[in-house]
Amino acid sequence: MYMLNSENVRKSYGDKQVLKGIDLKVKAGEVMCLLGPSGSGKSTFLRCINRLEKIDSGRIYVDGELVGARLHQGKLYEQTEIEICKSREKIGMVFQHFNLFPHLTVLQNLLEGPVIVKKENPQVVAKRALKLLDRVGMLSFQDAYPKQLSGGQQQRVAIARSLTMEPALMLFDEPTSALDPELVGEVLAVMKGLATTGMTMVVVTHEINFARNVAHKVVFIDDGCVVEQGSPDEVLNNPKNQRTIDFLGDVS
Amino acid sequence: MEQKDQIIPLKHYGRWVSGGLVVLILIFIIRAFIYGQIDWPVVQKFFFAPTLIKGLGNTLLITLCSMLMGLVLGVIFAIMRMSENPVTTSFANLYIWIFRGTPIYLQLLIWFNLALIFPVVNLGFVEFPMVDIMTPFCAALLGLGINEGAYMTEIVRSGILSVDKGQLDAASSIGMTRLTAMRRIVLPQAMRVIIPPVGNEFIGLLKTSSMASAIAFTEILHRAQLIYFVNAKVMELLLVAAGWYLIIVTILTILQGAVERHYNRGQNHEENRSLFMIFKSTIYAKRNSQGV
Repeated sequence: MYMLNSENVRKSYGDKQVLKGIDLKVKAGEVMCLLGPSGSGKSTFLRCINRLEKIDSGRIYVDGELVGARLHQGKLYEQTEIEICKSREKIGMVFQHFNLFPHLTVLQNLLEGPVIVKKENPQVVAKRALKLLDRVGMLSFQDAYPKQLSGGQQQRVAIARSLTMEPALMLFDEPTSALDPELVGEVLAVMKGLATTGMTMVVVTHEINFARNVAHKVVFIDDGCVVEQGSPDEVLNNPKNQRTIDFLGDVS
Repeated sequence: MEQKDQIIPLKHYGRWVSGGLVVLILIFIIRAFIYGQIDWPVVQKFFFAPTLIKGLGNTLLITLCSMLMGLVLGVIFAIMRMSENPVTTSFANLYIWIFRGTPIYLQLLIWFNLALIFPVVNLGFVEFPMVDIMTPFCAALLGLGINEGAYMTEIVRSGILSVDKGQLDAASSIGMTRLTAMRRIVLPQAMRVIIPPVGNEFIGLLKTSSMASAIAFTEILHRAQLIYFVNAKVMELLLVAAGWYLIIVTILTILQGAVERHYNRGQNHEENRSLFMIFKSTIYAKRNSQGV
């Protein structure tokens, strides 16, 4: 059983095709890293997985269920907003610019989803939230506001915020790209820790070393197509496609 | 305790001269009012006259009600204006075009005289004569509230646009519907941008409500006029009304500051310091530097 299964996913903005038929499969507990030059469509694909972007054709299954579409008599119909929101509950997402809610404290940021969306008991959620804050090393900042934290600290809180929803799949959209170099390590450490707990993760990143050490599967995307995929050793150490070789030469 | 190489501050003679001039002008104005032919005992007598206090109450009531109406309409039309549906967007634009494009005085007169073209209000199962419904209060509320809504739409819209798009992404990613995200995440942040102009609108509306005296709504200015038509103490009663407006505006300004501080939480802005606080901190700084 695949946690994520995309079949022939296509999307265009106007005349420009940004995804030209993406087929990718991720097993439960696997970490998949998406690499590629900017504008290659890797972030767009990630945003399609939890339907922040609409796809034109193709199928995306998360945990065995179609996302963004409903199958009826062999045809796909767009889902309603309520249905989309329901499937987003089990897909966590971490953004490049953290996107913490600045008017809420760290703890309130974590409570917002489970309490407001899933209508869970605030006391029960708070216990879980504090445990998660402890895990990302941010327990002592529970009453701080996001603006009072460094970028690395904000991103660790953002990861904890996604985890309080108890997702089955976590998406990371360039989680360290907006950070000062000395803060990248602490965020990657949290992500590595998360990977060892068996969380299924799809990570768009430029951190080749993270991909090499943590990922089970590395995918190189260029111009809206999957160019090469395989184990980190296959793709990063012995790339076959010329475009992959050029890209790896540029970043390292 | 002169230190070595201490830099002696520049003497700002220009400031002393301009300060002195302003004080002179103030003294001149105050003197004029003391010697002017104002019957101060009349001002005192009418300041707390029940009929004027009642008028003040009506002024506050109509201001508050039309402000609430304006806010609700503003949020609704702002969301309509920003929707992806071209029909609702055009409707919102039409609303703003009409009610921002005509004078409020004219709008009040139209609402008040609506019975001339629509003699009855027909709800299908019951009918009311329009004159019974369109009381001065009702006409003033509709006129001021709907007009305010048109301005509020633009204020709310600019507030919503000021919130980073990533906030909606983040709210969606934890499963919030657009409406919940708007209510819980976007609007509370938009408030920071919305509150200062809304405070100005509120103060503006308080004063604009005096226009409703044209349609016989008994707010404070209307009542003051009714009194001076009888006793001919025109200026005295206008001064009473002016005094009350200033008092209310002062209170509103203080409230506005408190509300702004509330919605600024989580922002690392330095608080705006009042004249008193600047004075206090300067004194402390001087004392500290002198080692007292």
